[in-house]
This record gives sequence, C-alpha cells and structure tokens, in this order.
Amino acid sequence: MIGMNVQLLTYLFVGLSFALYIGIAIWSKAQSTNDFYVAGKDVHPIANGMATAADWMSAASFLSMAGLIAFLGKDGSVYLMGWTGGYVLLALLLAPYLRKFGKFTVPDFIGERYYSSFARKVAVLCLIFISFTYIAGQMRGVGIVFSRFLEVDIETGVIVGMGIVFFYAVLGGMKGITYTQVAQYCVLIFAYLVPAIFISILMTGNAIPQIGFGSTLVDSSIFLLDKLDQVTVELGFNAYTNNTKNTIDIFCITAALMFGTAGLPHVIVRFFTVPSVGDARKSAGYALIFIALLYTTAPAVSAFARMNLIDSIQDQSYSTAPQWFKNWEEIGLIAWQDKNDDGVIRYSSGNALEGTKPIYKELRGDYGERLLENKPNQNNANEVYIDRDIIVLANPEIAELPGWVIALVAAGGLAAALSTAAGLLLVISSSISHDLLKKTYMPHITEKQELRYARIAAAIAIGIAGIFGIYPPAFVAQVVAFAFGLAAATFFPALFLGIFYKRLNKEGAIAGMLGGLIFTATYIIYFKFINPGHNIEEYWLMSISPEGIGSIGMLINFIVAIVVSSLTKEPPKEVYEMVDMIRKPL
Amino acid sequence: MDNKSKEYWNSNLKIVSILLVIWFLVSFGFGILFSDTLDQIKIGGFKLGFWFAQQGSIYIFVLLIFAYVNLMQKLDEKISQEEDSDE
Repeated sequence: MIGMNVQLLTYLFVGLSFALYIGIAIWSKAQSTNDFYVAGKDVHPIANGMATAADWMSAASFLSMAGLIAFLGKDGSVYLMGWTGGYVLLALLLAPYLRKFGKFTVPDFIGERYYSSFARKVAVLCLIFISFTYIAGQMRGVGIVFSRFLEVDIETGVIVGMGIVFFYAVLGGMKGITYTQVAQYCVLIFAYLVPAIFISILMTGNAIPQIGFGSTLVDSSIFLLDKLDQVTVELGFNAYTNNTKNTIDIFCITAALMFGTAGLPHVIVRFFTVPSVGDARKSAGYALIFIALLYTTAPAVSAFARMNLIDSIQDQSYSTAPQWFKNWEEIGLIAWQDKNDDGVIRYSSGNALEGTKPIYKELRGDYGERLLENKPNQNNANEVYIDRDIIVLANPEIAELPGWVIALVAAGGLAAALSTAAGLLLVISSSISHDLLKKTYMPHITEKQELRYARIAAAIAIGIAGIFGIYPPAFVAQVVAFAFGLAAATFFPALFLGIFYKRLNKEGAIAGMLGGLIFTATYIIYFKFINPGHNIEEYWLMSISPEGIGSIGMLINFIVAIVVSSLTKEPPKEVYEMVDMIRKPL
Repeated sequence: MDNKSKEYWNSNLKIVSILLVIWFLVSFGFGILFSDTLDQIKIGGFKLGFWFAQQGSIYIFVLLIFAYVNLMQKLDEKISQEEDSDE
C-alpha cells in the first residue's frame, strides 16, 4: 500500500516521540495532590502556554479543522474565530480571578462561591459529560492515524495510545501531563507547519502560508483565492470566499464556540498551575500565540488542499489516478462511483451516493475500483465521496511531498490527540476524587488516600475512553455541538457572574445553570436525535442551528440567574469577602 | 471594599470593557456582520472581510491579551506604590 520507507519512518517518528513522552513522565512523577491536580503551581507561563495550546488543540483541530474549512470555505471561519476568540474572554474575564481563588478544580469554585454542594454536583455532572464527549473524538483520531499509517488494527492502535496516556497521566498527574504536553506541542506544531510551508512554496512561491494563500499562483498572475472561487463555482459549489449560511446562525455558532471555549473545564484548570495572577494573564497570551500559529496556518492549508484536490483528480481517468486516492479508498474514506461509465473521475457538488457513508462490496469494478452497495445519487453528476477528516493527513501525499513529511504528520496527529485526551482525563479524575469524594462524600480521607483515588479514577476513565475508541459511538460528531453548547450555557455564566456580580446567590446560579442546560440540551437532542428530519433552517428557532443554540442557552442562563437571584435572599457575608479577595491581584 | 480597591476595580473594568469592544468589533463586526461589505475592498489576494474572518481577527486577539497584560501590570504597580507611600 504505502511505500516501505514511509512506514518505517512513521514507526521511527512515532516511536521516538512516544519514548520522549515516557521519559518525561518518569522525570516528573507527582508526589502530592498539589502536584497531581495543579502541577505544584510552579509552571512557567511560557511552558504553561505551550501545554495549554497542546491541551486545547485536539485531534479535531489538527486533523479535521483544515479539512472542514476546505469544504466549507468562508463558512468555516466560525471555527477559526470561535476557537481563538474564547481565549480573550478567558484572559480578561476568568483566568486571573480563578487563579487568585487558588483551588484545584472548576466545580471547586462553583461549590464555594455559591456555598452549595448541589451546585458543585451539577458542575461535576456537566464537566464529566463535556469531557467524555471530547475524549471519544480524540480516540477516533488515534484510530485513524494508526490504521492508515502504521497498518495496525484500530484496536491495537487505541490500546497502545491508552497505554502511553495511562503511564504519564496516572503516574505524573498534572505535572507529568504538563511537561509531556510541552513536548507534544513542539511535535504537533512542527508537523503542521512543515507540510504547510512546503505546499505554500510549491503553489505560490511564498514560504509563509499565511501570506501565500493571499498570493498569486506560481507561473501565473491569478490570485490563488480568485482561482479557487472560479473553480468551485464552475463545479457547482458556492464560491469559496463567500458565506452560504445565514448571518444570524454564523453569529450564534461563533458566539457559542467562543463562550464555550472560555467555559471548558480542562482549559480553565490549566491556569491554576502557574505561580501568580500576573502569570495567569501572561500564560493566556502565550497560549493564544501558540494556538494562533496553527489556527492562522489552517485556513491556508484548507485553500491549498481544496485547490490541489480538484486539480489532481478532476477529469482524471481512474486507472491513472494518483496513488493517494486509491490508498484512502482502501481505508474506506474515499469512494468513486462511475455514474456515466466512462472510467473518468468527475468531481462536482452534491452527494455522490445515497446514504451518508459508502458501503463497499467485495467485488472490484472494471478499472480496479471498489464497488459500492450504495445506489448512485442521480440528482447530480458528482462521482466522488471524500471524508473531510483525511484532508490534513492526505495533503502531503496529494502535494507529492517526501516520505518523512508524511511520517511527521502522523506523529503530530497522535501528539494532538494524546495531549488533549490526557488533559481531559485529568479533569475527570480530579473532579471525582476531589469534588465528589473529598469535598462531598468522604471528607475524612487523607491526602495520600485522595491521591490514590485520583489515580484510580484516572485509570478507570482511561479504560472508558479506550472503549469509546474501539467501539466509537455513531453519534460522536453529533455531540460535539453539545460540549461547546453546554459549556457556554452552564459554566461561562456561572463563572463570570460569580466574579463580576457579587449579589448572585446560590438559588440564582443553580436556576441559571439548570435553565441553560435544559434549554440547550432539549434543543440539540430534539434536532439531532428525536427529529433529525426537521434539522433544517425553516424549523429552527430564529434560524439558529443546534451548533449555535448554546449562545441562546447562555442568555437564558444569565437572565434566569439574575431574576431568581434578585427575588431570593442575599448571599452570606463570607461570599462578598471571598469575591473581594479574588478581585485583588496581590 | 475600601476606596483604593474600588478605584482599582473600576480601572480594571474600564480596561476590560474597551478591549472587549475591540474584540467584538474585529470578529463579530468585521468578520461576520460587515464582512460582505468589507469584501468589496481587496488587499493582495484577500477580500478584506474574508481576511478578518480567517486571519486578522486572530492576530488582533493575541494583541488584545498582551495589551491587557501590560495595562494590568501598570495598574497593579501603581496601586502597590500608592499603598507603600501610605504606610
């Protein structure tokens, strides 16, 4: 399938990176709960910035985002602005104050600020749901990389990945995770930039992809984006640089992603690990620089990939089609159905097949292509099914880059998936051992016992995540909207008002969180699971899709919280003092 | 809360509000609401609205956080100096 060289190189790169992660884990073993939950609170802000970036940039950012934007064009901007703009909110509205508060977890803050163990439990519940949703996605990323590049079963791949995470998360806790994430950031950003720079030079002659995709094509006076607009329109798609979604929906999706990002517990907790309030502010800035490096490169990669993809397959006869096309067809992420029996690949807008995914027969067609059970969709002339997740992985092959670049991308994809999985496992385990056991059900356990429970909880969470990876629930993609929508509709208002609105009492906070949670969850469950046939604009509330509804859930949370709070009694004096304390930096 | 703390908090709120107005303007404003209008202007190969949506807003986000870091550092120093001179 792929050349022996590429496979050997991939084993080498992945092996070396794994050895590095394990070495770091042994060097940074956690000794106390302070080490385990918040890395001893002495992580340098630049190191924390890198760790936050790796924690944040998941398999979805690394593998899926550029592919998504390649197919969505300007509509894909919601992910770029949404997943970076949240850091401004984090830095200005949450991180410094939560660091000053100085405890271990996000439910910790909610429990103490709203003097309520019920509020704490609601927070733990939301946290576990959000984090497991996320982990399932990481495991799919690990599975794809392993099966395509190392040619092992997805099961074996997931077990190896879990073994590595188990080793450094259970042993090292936050301390081990932090320093491993620093290494993982370096691996993933290098792996992302190298092919992007290569392709930018090949296509535009400019080594900086961010500028390259606004430049003219090599040997031509036509701008790349103009050419892309022209080609996409010719093939029946919408022009690449125009929006197609309605403005209200784009606005709401971007807002839900931004406020959701600022409310994600595994990101917030990273700011608990630095020595001071000033460091928490700086650390958010460094994190965003490191994230922006990938996020400003991604849309360039998308434009290059879309252009290259069309160029390399359109009107090619299948027998002379490039090798990558056939490789990914073998994996089951590309399919070709020769609608007009001319042996030539015709790529245009519309779904080529009936049904969402290709179902392959054992038989081969006249040209060696895999035959499909799916009936051809005769409403359009498109003959090609392409899974969007393959764009980043296939991009170096499509651009005919050397084998070591392909191997590097595999190692980078694994680094992105593993670093995020580890961060999520940590917040799950610490919310169980700290918030549920120590603070609620077993207040008398010693620190040593708490640490042991934290490790047991991490081990169990890894097991569950592994099962998700091997038997991925079919609804993974469907529930991603959930994670951000819920974080925006539950955590963000509770945290923000907790700091900026002293009068908010426990009744208000709990009513607000439940209101936001129930509204958002009901809307998403209705359109995604109960009545997916109605999941189109004419049935949506104010033309807002389930992906964007978290922003309305957030508004509901704010209104309910403030109204209920003003009708019930003031919070106790200690809470006022606590808020005064977290508002002062020193 | 004593007067000093109130003053500190109000300056803090002012800094945060100004920065968030810019945050809103470059993303929701230039990148979404007025994006199609800005697309009439072209810089190199980029339509301006498209550039804000896929590049410009992100660069400005980074600048905003560092502006906040610096302004707050100055504010922190000013307050701690005033406290010292009181003693």
